[in-house]
Amino acid sequence: MQMELDKVHMKVAVLLKQVPDLAEELEVDESGKALDTEYIKFRLNEYDEHALEEAVCLKEAGQATEIVAFALDGEEVDKALFSAMAKGADKAVKLTGPEVEGSRQAAALFAETLGMDYDLIMTGVQSVDDRDGMMGPMLSSMLKVPCVSVVTRVEGKESSVTVHKEYFGGLMAAFDVQLPAVLGIQAARQTPRYAPVSKVRQIQQSAIIEEKSASGVSGSATSKVTTMAPPTKTGGAKILGSVDELMELLKKKGVA
Amino acid sequence: MGNVLVITEHMKGEFQDISFEMLGQARKLSTGGSCSALVYGSMKDRSSELGAADRVLCVGGSDDFNPETYASAALQIIQSEFPDLVLVGSTSMGIDLAPVLGVSLDLPIISYCSCIEISGDNFEFTSQLYSGKMDVKSTAPKAVAMVLAGSFSAEDGKSGGSASVENVTADFGVGRVQFKELIEPEAAEVDITQSDILVAVGRGIGGKDDIEVAQELAKNLNADLACSRPVVDAGWLPKSCQVGKSGLKVNPKVYIALGISGAPEHLEGMKDVSTIIAINTDKNAPIFDVAHYGMTGDLFDICEELEDSLS
Ligand SMILES: Cc1cc2nc3c(=O)[nH]c(=O)nc-3n(C[C@H](O)[C@H](O)[C@H](O)COP(=O)(O)OP(=O)(O)OC[C@H]3O[C@@H](n4cnc5c(N)ncnc54)[C@H](O)[C@@H]3O)c2cc1C
Repeated sequence: MQMELDKVHMKVAVLLKQVPDLAEELEVDESGKALDTEYIKFRLNEYDEHALEEAVCLKEAGQATEIVAFALDGEEVDKALFSAMAKGADKAVKLTGPEVEGSRQAAALFAETLGMDYDLIMTGVQSVDDRDGMMGPMLSSMLKVPCVSVVTRVEGKESSVTVHKEYFGGLMAAFDVQLPAVLGIQAARQTPRYAPVSKVRQIQQSAIIEEKSASGVSGSATSKVTTMAPPTKTGGAKILGSVDELMELLKKKGVA
Repeated sequence: MGNVLVITEHMKGEFQDISFEMLGQARKLSTGGSCSALVYGSMKDRSSELGAADRVLCVGGSDDFNPETYASAALQIIQSEFPDLVLVGSTSMGIDLAPVLGVSLDLPIISYCSCIEISGDNFEFTSQLYSGKMDVKSTAPKAVAMVLAGSFSAEDGKSGGSASVENVTADFGVGRVQFKELIEPEAAEVDITQSDILVAVGRGIGGKDDIEVAQELAKNLNADLACSRPVVDAGWLPKSCQVGKSGLKVNPKVYIALGISGAPEHLEGMKDVSTIIAINTDKNAPIFDVAHYGMTGDLFDICEELEDSLS
């Protein structure tokens, strides 16, 4: 029992999102306004992966008591949630309900579901498809709690966290943030761990993903998408056909 | 089209370039209205640098950025000024402000903006999504837009207006976020901002052990080694090698990018280099749009062949 005193009782929610794998060729759908998602692969937003890692590190350091991974229903979400449990999340929750468009509506669903039940909400600083704002600060604003983004280090205390926020060129600032709070994570203190397939499979057999339905999203302010297209080439690179050509170029530039 | 407000950014007593870049564009977009700049703390004393502004609104407060206080003050100023468009940097500080302002004011938030124009009664925004692989255009009559660094000319922000400097009062929040200190970067072994030639590696290098391949090439070309962010996050190279938004801005004579896709955050740090050579397996990688020369193919094969020719 003595040990318990040193422990910080912090309940952490980690928000996960699947995004298109950019290693795949991206194509625009028939509407000309959105991605054709039929043939693309999805993967976990890399910054969410860091958010989960930092949360698990907090728990391992005795600074968090429970980690619950949340995701909106969607492409390959079960896989992401099972793998989050394999990496150290205690529970996984999938939000079902109305189809959402964009991060802002997603933030509204999370705000409704999470409410004030968690001391700390951690999510990736951004994702490659959030056209209408970043999840962390939007959610914090809806919940009326503080938020710091671009965070690379979190230390849990009893009623606050100390975080490092990165600016540029390696320059950072330290902040104390009162709980409850939301953090947009840029990078965890260590490389996100890998969950072996066998462990994910084992979790899949023993654990369940809880489902929660969220009632809905009221129309939030949004801009109207008119087109989506690959960027128009502005000149672009002269493509070299061989290493000999590359060698010649390097010589010409005085490099080789 | 109307009134445009720029939330300026500063660090250690200097306005960041993004402030001037946004201001120059704000001036162009505010025909018929006014172009204002919001400045914090003692930056009031440097207001005259914001040459393109019609009005400089000084809210005071601390010089140290704080997500809570800076957003709280901006929110009140916007609520009393009613600008049609608010420009915020798509930067570390901007990420803490723009989404909060958009939600609190019930205005659309436009992320990753590289272009803003007027289209009838609307603003038309171009957002670079999917790490620069898709451009999405959207329109709105009012919005909070997050502007990518390097999208507009900083020079344009330095002249053209005759700013009146006004003191405005604002409330700085309830103190739930406390700034503690700035943490300076660790001293670098090599200062890549001074390098003549850089060999930069991205995630395409695959693993820590393979960095050697690039190291070898760099040695033979008398170049220094640089990298993209994931390489640092994975612990393969030190932070001081990182080029880009949260890394360093470099300007060598030649920049050789190996296995770097060319995300907007990376391009921010190197797109002005006069000779960029990119090697990437993906012919559609955005890096090829800013590179002057490119080769599609496996970086290991190309490096190996190159080594043979060099020796
Ligand atoms: C707030 C914030 C700040 C950021 N700051 C920075 C920053 O300062 N600097 C930065 O770089 N990023 C930064 N990023 C991250 C940025 O968004 C990208 O994720 C990152 O630049 C991608 O790095 P990459 O190109 O190395 O990796 P990827 O995008 O994964 O690209 C790897 C590339 O390698 C190619 N490739 C794979 N194998 C091979 C091979 N064998 N041979 C040749 N090519 C191969 C692939 O085709 C691909 O194009 C920041 C992100 C955020 C959210």
